[in-house]
Amino acid sequence: MARLNSSEDLERLRREILARRDPKKPCVAVCAGTGCLASGAADVVAAFRRELDARGLADKVALRGTGCHGFCEKGPIVVLDPEETCYLQATPADVPEIIEKSLMGKEVVERLLYVDPQTKEKTVREPDIPFYKHQKRMVFGPNRKLDPRNIEDYLAIGGYRALARALFERTPEQVILEVKESRLRGRGGAGFLTGVKWEFARRAAGKPKYVVVNCDEGDPGAYMDRSLMEGNPHAVLEGLLIGAYAIGAHEGFFYVRQEYPLAVENLGIALRQAEEHGLLGKNILGSDFDFTAQVHRGAGAFVCGEETALLASLEGQAGEPKPRPPYPAVKGLWGKPTNINNVETWANVPLILNEGAAAFAAIGTAGSKGTKIFSLVGKIANTGLVEVPMGLPLRDVVFKIGGGIPGGRKFKAMQTGGPSGGCIPEELLDLPVGFDELTRAGSMMGSGGMIVMDEDTCMVDVARYFVDFLTEESCGKCVPCREGLRQMHRILTRITKGEGHEGDLETLQQLAETAQEASLCALGRTAPNPFLSTLRYFRDEYEAHIREKRCPALSCKALIHYWIDPAKCRACMLCLRKCPTQAIDGGKQRIHVIDQAKCTNCGTCFEVCPAKFGAVRKLSGVPVPPPIPEEQRTLVRARKQDE
Amino acid sequence: MDIQKVDQIIDKHGAEASALIQVLLEIQRENHWLPQEALARVAERLRVPASRIRHIATFYKAFSLVPKGRHEVHVCVGTACHVRGATRILDTLQDATGILPGETDAELKFSLETVNCLGCCALGPVMVVDGKTHGKLSPAAAADALKSYE
Ligand SMILES: Cc1cc2nc3c(=O)[nH]c(=O)nc-3n(C[C@H](O)[C@H](O)[C@H](O)COP(=O)(O)O)c2cc1C
Ligand code: SF4
Repeated sequence: MARLNSSEDLERLRREILARRDPKKPCVAVCAGTGCLASGAADVVAAFRRELDARGLADKVALRGTGCHGFCEKGPIVVLDPEETCYLQATPADVPEIIEKSLMGKEVVERLLYVDPQTKEKTVREPDIPFYKHQKRMVFGPNRKLDPRNIEDYLAIGGYRALARALFERTPEQVILEVKESRLRGRGGAGFLTGVKWEFARRAAGKPKYVVVNCDEGDPGAYMDRSLMEGNPHAVLEGLLIGAYAIGAHEGFFYVRQEYPLAVENLGIALRQAEEHGLLGKNILGSDFDFTAQVHRGAGAFVCGEETALLASLEGQAGEPKPRPPYPAVKGLWGKPTNINNVETWANVPLILNEGAAAFAAIGTAGSKGTKIFSLVGKIANTGLVEVPMGLPLRDVVFKIGGGIPGGRKFKAMQTGGPSGGCIPEELLDLPVGFDELTRAGSMMGSGGMIVMDEDTCMVDVARYFVDFLTEESCGKCVPCREGLRQMHRILTRITKGEGHEGDLETLQQLAETAQEASLCALGRTAPNPFLSTLRYFRDEYEAHIREKRCPALSCKALIHYWIDPAKCRACMLCLRKCPTQAIDGGKQRIHVIDQAKCTNCGTCFEVCPAKFGAVRKLSGVPVPPPIPEEQRTLVRARKQDE
Repeated sequence: MDIQKVDQIIDKHGAEASALIQVLLEIQRENHWLPQEALARVAERLRVPASRIRHIATFYKAFSLVPKGRHEVHVCVGTACHVRGATRILDTLQDATGILPGETDAELKFSLETVNCLGCCALGPVMVVDGKTHGKLSPAAAADALKSYE
C-alpha cells in the first residue's frame, strides 16, 4: 500500500475504494463481537463462506464479520445489505436457506425475523426493529458497517477525513476551541469537559507530552468500550490523533484490559494498517505532525481505571492512585503533561470535526451533549448496547428500547454508574439521561452500565455486592477505604444473613461518610454510593431484613426456605430427580416434600417445577408449614387436564 | 518453564524495566502461572528488584504464583450475571469442585476463578471453561458442564 501524503491522496483513495465497490452488491454482515461469538457467530460466518463458495457466489456476495451490533440478546445477528434485512439468532443450519431465499431470490426467511413479543408482528428491516428505532447511533452505528480489520471499510465511510481537516484546515488551538464549543464531556465517569482538559495539557509546560486511551473498563456490567475497540478501532485512533495534534503530543498509549483479547488484536491490526497508510508515524498525511502509538495491556485491577493509577501501571508500577493535584495534564506519565480520555470520548472527536461543534451541541440537554452508549443488562428483555441522545427519559431506554422486564415481572430499579453509582427507583424513571440529572438522583453516569433489576432483586444484596467488589479492588492505601469498606461489607453481609441488628444502618452511614471524606481517590470517595442510594430509596427492605429477618425480594439465601405447596404438587418427580442433595421425598402419585434439614437452598426445584404447576414456593419471614400427614400424600388425580 | 522462552519474551520488549507488567503477562499467558525461576530471570534481565516483581505479581489479578489446573473455570460475577443468579452458580461449582475461587484442586484438574463481566451479559449467568463459553446457566447445568472435563 502506498502511503498517503496529503489530504488529496486520502480523498483519492476513498474514491477508488468506493468506485471498486458496487453499492448494490449484496453484503452479508455477521456480528462477530464478543457477545455473538459466545453464541456461535464464528460458525455462522464459516457456514456462509462455505456455502457461498459451494454455490460459486463468493464474488457476487460480500461477506463481512463486523463488530458488535448491540442487540446481543438476539445474537448471532445477520444483516443483509443493501436491504438491511435483519435475521436474529441465526445458526449455521439456517445459512443455506438464507442464501437461497434472500440472496439468490428476494424472499424473506420469516422465522428468523424479529417478532414483537406483544403484537407478534414481524419486522424485516433492522432500523425498524424497536430496539434500534429509538436509538441514535452516531458513535456506535458504524460498527455494523465495517470489518474492523480492514481499514478500507473505515475509509469508505469517511474515515480520517476529520483528521485531515484538523491537520490542514485548523490550528491546534482551533481544534481545542471546536471541542470546547461542542461541550463534549468525558465518557469515562467524571464527565469533565474534554476541550477544557485538552487546553490544560496544551498549555502545560514540559515536553514531551503524552495522550492515553483509557480502555480499562472496570465497571463489571459495562462493555461498550470493548465493543468500540473491537468493532471500530480506527475511530478511536482518529480521535486520539486529533487530540494529540491539538495538545502537541507525539506519543500515545492504549491501555486495554487483558481480559479483552479481541480488542487488543483488532487494535493491533488497525495500528499497523494506519501506519502503512501514512496515518501513523512520521509526517502523517504529509504534514509535519508525527505520532506513534503503543498498546499496553492492563493486568486486572479495577483501580487502574483511575487515571493516576493507570499512569503508574503504564510505567510498570503497581497501580496505586496518587493525590491530585498535580493533575496528569500537568504532571502525568514519567512526570510529563499527559491527557487521558476514555475510549468513547475519543471516538466522539472525529464526529465533532466532521459535523461541527454546533451540530453536536444541538443534541442533548443543557449540561450533557451528544449521545451516550449504555450497556443495558440484567433483568431486561433486550440485553445489549444502546446509544441514545442525552436527555432521553430512562423509561424509554428500559421500555421502548429494552422491551421491558422479561417473564412478566415488575421493574424495581436501575443501577447506573457501576460500583461508584447508585440505584434509581421506578418513581424516577422519567429522569432524562444526563450527567447532572443522574448525579442529583444519587447515582451517576459512570461509564455507562445500566443494570435493570426486577422485584426478585434484593437491594440490600445489591449494595453488599458492590461493596464486596470494591473491598476486593481497593488498593489498600487509605484506611477509610480499605478498613471502612471491609467493615461495611461485614455488616451488610450480616444483614443479608438475617443477623442484622438495630444500629447497623447508623454505623453503615458513619462508615460511608468517613470513606467519602477521607479517601484519596474516587474509588473510596464514591464507594458508599450504592449503599446510600439503596438506603435512600429502599430503606424498607433494609428494615425488613434487620427487624423481621425477611427478604422481601425472596432472594437472600439465608432468609428463605423452599416449600412445596401440597395443593399444587402433581408429583411429576422432576424436582426430586434434579435435587443435588436428595432433599426431596416423594414418588409417583405421592406429593413431594422438602426435607428442610437437607435442603441447601440451591433453588433447583424452584427452577425445574413446571410453570403450569408452580408448586415450589419461596418463603421468607414466615415459618415453613409442617409436612402434610403421610396418609394425605397420595395424589388423587381428579381431572385429566391436570397432567 | 523453559528459560529460553522467558528470554525471548524479555527480548521482545527490549529488556526495558518499564515493560515489566507486559513481560509478566506474556509469561503468564504462555505458562499459566509465574514460576520462581522465570521471575528470577526477569529480575536479573530487567534489572528490577525481586521485591518489586513480587509486589506487581500479587497486586494484579492476572498473575498466579502457583500452578493452575488443567481446566480453568471462570465464573462471571459481573453485575448483570449477579442479578441473574451468578452467586448460586458459584456456590454449586464450589461444591462440585471442592475449591474456592482462586484455588486449584489437589489433582490439578480445575482452577476456579471469578471474573468481572465477560461482555456477554445477554447470556448471563455465564462461565467460561478453557475459553469455551457456557451461557444461560442454571446451577445444575453448570455442574453438569464440568462433568465433561477430564
Ligand atoms: C476507581 C476508578 C476507576 C475508573 N475506571 C475507569 C475506566 O475503567 N475507564 C475510564 O475511561 N475511566 C475510568 N475512570 C475515570 C478516569 O480516572 C478518568 O477520569 C477518565 O479516564 C478520564 O477520561 P474522560 O474525561 O474521557 O472521561 C475511573 C476512575 C476511578 C476513580
Ligand atoms: S481511596 Fe481506596 S483505592 Fe483509592 S487510593 Fe485510597 S485505598 Fe486506594
